[in-house]
This record gives sequence, structure tokens and C-alpha cells, in this order.
Amino acid sequence: MALTGLQIYKLLPKTNCKECGYPTCLAFAMKLAAQKEELSKCPDASEEVKAALGAASAPPIKLVTIGTGEDKIAVGEETVLFRHDKTFFHHPAIGEILPDTMGEGELIKRVNYLKSLDFERAGEMLKVNIIALENKSGDVETFARAVKTVSKIWNRPIALIPHSSAALDLAMKETAGNKPLIIAGSGSSEISAFARTAKEYSCPLMVCGDGTLEGTLKAVDEAKKAGAEDIIINPASDTLSNFLTHQTVIRRAALDRLDPRTAYPTGVILRGDDLPLLAPAAICKYPAVILMENPPDELYISLMTLRQNIYTDPQKPLQVEGLVYPIGEPDENSPLIVTTNFSLTYFMVSSEIDSSGVTAHLAIIEAEGMSVLTAWSAGKFTAEIIANSLKEMKIAELVKHRKIIIPGYVASLQGELEEEMPGWEILVGPQEASDIGDYFKQVW
Amino acid sequence: MNLPLKKWTGKINTVKIGRTAEEGGSRDRTITIGGSNCLPMHNFEGEIPHRPVIALEVTDEYPNDWHPAVIESYPEIMDDASKWANHISQEYNVDLICLNMRSAEKRGMNESVEFVKEFLRNVPLPIILKGPGESDFQDDFLAKCAEAASGEGLLLANAAEDHYKTIAAAAIAYGHSIIAETPIDVNLAKQLNILLNDMKVPPDRIVIDPLTGGLGYGLEYTYSVMERIRISALKGDVYMQMPFINFIGDESWKVKEVKIEEPLWGKIKWRGVYWEVSNAVSLLLSGSEIVVLRHPDSVKLVRRAIDDLITKTEAV
Ligand code: B12
Ligand code: SF4
Repeated sequence: MALTGLQIYKLLPKTNCKECGYPTCLAFAMKLAAQKEELSKCPDASEEVKAALGAASAPPIKLVTIGTGEDKIAVGEETVLFRHDKTFFHHPAIGEILPDTMGEGELIKRVNYLKSLDFERAGEMLKVNIIALENKSGDVETFARAVKTVSKIWNRPIALIPHSSAALDLAMKETAGNKPLIIAGSGSSEISAFARTAKEYSCPLMVCGDGTLEGTLKAVDEAKKAGAEDIIINPASDTLSNFLTHQTVIRRAALDRLDPRTAYPTGVILRGDDLPLLAPAAICKYPAVILMENPPDELYISLMTLRQNIYTDPQKPLQVEGLVYPIGEPDENSPLIVTTNFSLTYFMVSSEIDSSGVTAHLAIIEAEGMSVLTAWSAGKFTAEIIANSLKEMKIAELVKHRKIIIPGYVASLQGELEEEMPGWEILVGPQEASDIGDYFKQVW
Repeated sequence: MNLPLKKWTGKINTVKIGRTAEEGGSRDRTITIGGSNCLPMHNFEGEIPHRPVIALEVTDEYPNDWHPAVIESYPEIMDDASKWANHISQEYNVDLICLNMRSAEKRGMNESVEFVKEFLRNVPLPIILKGPGESDFQDDFLAKCAEAASGEGLLLANAAEDHYKTIAAAAIAYGHSIIAETPIDVNLAKQLNILLNDMKVPPDRIVIDPLTGGLGYGLEYTYSVMERIRISALKGDVYMQMPFINFIGDESWKVKEVKIEEPLWGKIKWRGVYWEVSNAVSLLLSGSEIVVLRHPDSVKLVRRAIDDLITKTEAV
């Protein structure tokens, strides 16, 4: 929490020497509290006040990065409890835990599978971000070999769950340069030793607690004392209800700056039958790193979609620009299709046209990023607006035919639009984009 | 560390659905929802006297358009709503049944009201009665059913901005509760509750349907509107203190990500179930008190989530 003017005043020299340009220390303190002045203007400011003000202006939750390169993960620096208060900034990393007891062939297969899940949805690439290798074998060499195998084919961030510091040290030889996430405190691993390694290689460290809040914060303390700086707190909650409690309390404490041990992003490791229940809860209530052991393949698409939803900026829906987009390589005989500029709408319609093998001109009308029916009921997708936009897009020069296809849900616009656009025939398409392929077969 | 716990002044209304013989109805139990004085599922800092409940949906006519993965989960009884509902109540741990009378208009008024009466004779669970969609027909239909089922404590779906008077009057006269539906908007939800209040509908007979945008298709709007309504309620706004209902089934099983053949994403059935479960879990965390689901396997999972969330935590 920011300091008040009075709190700052107490830390100033109280000599009223006016060097800062203000008549009194109190006046200067008030300006500092309002963030209208810089402390450096007071030549006699003590180290104590510098530290206090510095800490108060640091973000309440530290930014932590995992990995390097374009797929590196940046999490933390969140500022709210509820997405409607501002937005959640950094998408949580979703990842899978692979045991080093998997054979090499099996490991490679699974890694390739996880890579193949990359999927473009509403203009965003949805992907699995991280793979965690777990030293289930307990064997040092086996772990290092598995880390090596995965590092070779997976160029996104990895996490290490070693059984011992010896296993960690050997694995770091394979992958230290990739800034992996080191996971400490799960199983028999020792937190201080792991924290020292994290410090030595400047790697982030996930600290796993004992399932209680106090135990977890003690573990964080231990890691900090051993030199870890980029920490991810995992309270190791064992039930959904404990999970919600821990995550809420830690997030609140961090935002209110109640305890410096909470000033880090959180993470979870999910195992067992309740994973499909905990995973969606984890997307909503706050972890920045979500690692899953043996998740059902069917869960990935819903989780990645939920993450996209919850982390969308509530103030502005994803939008595309109002233009005529070519789908395939359309020419002057290709169909002309109209819809709104809501990203999701655009991507659904364009991908359906694309996969139906038709080429077409897709005219996107600016409608404040709303879906077809929402825009229509809000008066942003009226016959007049559509007609004006299409004229500006010079569609008469784009196509030789005189036909426009509108979304099935706004069939009621057909008559008005024909009046607004003399000479053009308005065709009503199907309601769902998925029926566009069949529709073309019949009418075009 | 001193725990940052939050106390609120407001409290969510309780709503009782279904009446037993002693209470003037014929249901085998009553279901009470609401009553909490904390953020959704935050029982570490408040009281949640009544757990959220689960309903499965049955339709008055064979649901041709439902996803085959849902249809396959039932024996061949879906052309008989009563049998279907009783099968559900015997096999799955649901709290209520949602009878979706979507073909009521086609069938005609008298026959449809008879249909509902017959259903109530056959099925003992508390019932959410859903009409065929906002229209004058629906208003009349729900009002006639309300009269025919006087004292049963039905939950009627739905009252809306231009369609609330007939339903509200019938609910008051015959002892039912109503669902007030508005399209994902905090102010519209409040406004409709004010209108219902003006008509003297008791506040403990109203459930808010904030309209559920499905996962991937507007869920984030519903999620945030519910969080905002709930926070206003806890701060003391009496027009916001109604519990929520979310119709999740339809929104989950129609989405492309569930329906398309895509071997990478695994079996369609489980994709659909997880889609429903993800929707339900996130809405339970933003305040839902009744989740209406479609696939029996979703019920099992969501039931576990509720059991777990409602257990008081001791790990702080
Ligand atoms: C999320 C949502 C919102 C969000 C906005 C989301 C957004 N960015 O648009 C919010 C909460 C802001 C909102 C607001 C409103 N909403 Co709204 N909203 C929805 C909801 C739940 C989902 C919409 C959505 O995202 N659909 C997904 C997109 C991809 O669908 P789509 O654009 O239609 O595209 C599909 C098809 O149309 C087709 N398609 C698209 N283009 C084309 C082109 C061709 C040629 C073809 C063939 C096909 C095709 O492809 C797509 C996939 O099949 C719907 C209900 C529902 N479940 O559908 C209500 C809904 C659209 N909203 C509605 C209303 C009334 C409103 C409001 C007017 C409420 C109010 N009074 O405030 C406001 C208007 C906005 C304003 N005044 O600012 C009503 C519309 C009623 C009607 N039948 O006209 C609906 C249907 C809800 C309802 N049943 O009452 N809404
Ligand atoms: S320069 Fe420092 S000591 Fe002098 S008046 Fe300003 S705040 Fe006080």
C-alpha cells in the first residue's frame, strides 16, 4: 500500500531547510505521497526513507520470467482481485508434468503431442507453455537424460522437479541456459539447496508448501534467505476449498502489501481424480503457473479457451479491423460475405469459409467488436451502417456480380438492405458459420 | 500473518423450491438455495448455509437436436419426459429437474398444461419449469401451469423486461418462484428486480438468470457480471441479493470446439463434459447457486466440486 504524507513526513529530516523547493518537510512529504515529487530533491533524505518509498512503489506482485526466447513465460505484476476492476495481465502458463520413468520414445511422442496442440482461436495462439520433468525414478542420470531428451525437441520453457540436489545439479548442466523453473519442496527435495542453485543460475524457483498457509510462507522465507529472488508460491493445497482459500488470501495479502512473503505469483501442481475440477478453478482464481500430471487430453481445449476468456481485457473485446479480407484468392466472381468486427465472429466465419474450400471476400463492418446479434440489438449493425461501410469499401469495383450474403441471424435486415443498396441482391446465409460450406454448394 | 479476511454487511436471499405434502405440495423434498454472507464459496470467511445445487434438463419432446454424445448417455426413454426424469433422479445425484417445455407452443396451450400436470404427478423432485421462450404465449402458459400446480413451489423460467407481469402475478397467487432473466447486464438485472419488487413479488421468490455466455462464447461477460452483482449484493443492495441460476448445458454442447472431429482433442463426449464442467466450476466461483447441466457425467464431476468447495477449510 502507498505511504501517506504523514508516514513519509516522519521519516524526513524535519529541518524545513527548503532545499527541496518546499517551505516545509511536511509540504514536500505531501507531494511525495501524491507521487508529484521525487525524493532525490531532498539532499538529506535517509536510507530508511529511500527504502520505504522504494518498496511502496514496487509492484505488489513481482514479475517472474521462466525460460528464454519468444516463448518465455512472464507472470506476476497483477493488480486486482477481480478482472472487472481492470484486467488480468499475464496469462497463466499451462503445462504438463512428465515423469523421467517414461522411455525416450514415449517422452518424445508426448512432447510432440503437446506441441501439436497449438491452435489459433479468435486471433490468438493458444498453446501449452511449459513441460515439467519429474524425477520419479529417483535416479540422477535418468533424470538428466530425460531433461536432455526433452530440451532437444521442446524449445519452450521447462520446469524441473528433481528428487535431490544432486539430480538438480546434473540436470542444470543440460539446461541451465534455458532458465528453467526449478521446483523445490515437493517430495524429498530440500528448499535451501534448491534456492542456492536457483540463485547461482538466476532461475525462477517454485516453492511448494506443506498444504497450510503458514507452512508455505515459512518455506518462501527459507528460499528467500537462501538467495532465491524470482519465486512462485505453491501452497500445495490438497482440496478445491483449501485451494480457493490459499489463493485468495495470498493474492489479497500481496495486493495490500501485508506480508513481503506473499509478493510473488502463485502456482499449482495438479494430480489425481480431481484435476478436471481444480484446473478450471485455477484459471479463474489466480495461479500463474498450472502444472498437471496426467491430464485427460480432452481437457486441454476447454482450459485454453477458459484462459483466453478470463484473461481478455474486459474494457475492450478482441476486435479486427473493418476491411474486406480475402479468404483464399478470391476474384471478381467470388462471393461477398458480410459480418461484424468481433474477433471471435471474424475467426469463426473466416475459418469456416476457408475449410469449406471456397474463396470469398469477407467484408468486416466496424461494430464496436460485437457479435452479430449483440451488434444488431445495440444498433451497430443496421442496414444503413452496413450499406455505408460497403460503399466505402468500394465493393462495386471488387466484384462483378451484385450479390451480398448476410448472416442468418439478421435475416430481418434483408428488405431494408435491399432498399439501401439498389441494384444489389441480398442473400440470407445460414445461422451458423459451420453450415457455410453446404450453403455455398447450394447457392453459388 | 494476520489473515486478510473480508466481512460484508449484505446477505444473499434464500429461495425455497418445491413443497412437500406437509407444506401443501407433492414434492418429495424441498431445496433451499442462497443465504451466504460472503463471496462465492469463501466459507473461510463467512457462512454458506445452503450449498449450490444441480439440475439436469429434460425436454417435452425427443431432443433431436441434442448432441449424440448426450443422447447416448441415456437409455431409450427420452421421448417420455416423466420416465426420463425419474431415471435421472434414481441414477444421478441431482437436486432438481428442469422440464424444458420447448415444444409447448407447437403442442398447444391446453395439451401442454395437461402435459405439465401429468409430469408433476409422475415426478416427485422439485421442478424448474421452462417455457418455450419469451413471448405472450409463454407468459400465459406459465401462468396456467402456475395455477394448475398451485402450492408446488415451482421455479418458473422466465420473467424478462417486457414479459414479467403475468408471470409475477401468477407466482404470487399460487406460491411459486420466478427466474428473472436479463442479457448479461448489471443494471438491467437490477432494474428487472425493481420492477418485480414494485409488483410485490417477495424477494425470496426471485432467482437471477444473468444469461450464460458459453465457454469461448461470452463466458467472461457472464462471469464478471455475476461477480459485480454479487459484490453489490454483499455491500447491501437489496435488489441484487437474489441467488443465481445458470443454464449451462445448451451453451456447452453446441460449440464448435466440442462438436468437430479432431482426434488431437480427444473424444467428443469427454470434450463436452469438460466443457460443461469448466463452465460450471467457473460460474460456481462467480456465484452460481443452481447449475443446469446436460450430461450425466458432468453431474458427477460438478457434484464433487460442490462437495469439496462447501467443506470448511482448515488449512489457513
Ligand atoms: C456475450 C454476449 C454479449 C456481450 C458482448 C459480446 C460481444 N463482444 O459481442 C455483452 C454482455 C456486452 C452483450 C451485450 C448486449 N447483448 Co448480448 N449476448 C451475448 C451472447 C451471450 C453471446 C454472443 C456471442 O459472442 N456469440 C458468438 C459469436 C461468434 O456469434 P455471432 O457473431 O453471431 O457469429 C456466429 C453466427 O452468427 C455466424 N455468422 C457470423 N457472421 C456470419 C456471416 C454469414 C454470411 C453467415 C452465413 C454466418 C455468420 O457465425 C458465428 C458462429 O456460428 C448472446 C447470446 C448467445 N448465447 O448467443 C447474447 C445476445 C446476442 N445479446 C443480446 C442482447 C439483447 C444484448 C444487449 C442489447 C443487452 C442490453 N440491452 O444491454 C447488449 C447490447 C450491447 C450494448 N448495448 O452495448 C441478445 C440479442 C437478442 C436478439 N435476438 O436480438 C442475445 C441473443 C441474448 C438474448 N437471448 O437475449 N452481449
Ligand atoms: S529538503 Fe528535505 S529536509 Fe529540507 S525541507 Fe525539504 S524535505 Fe525537509
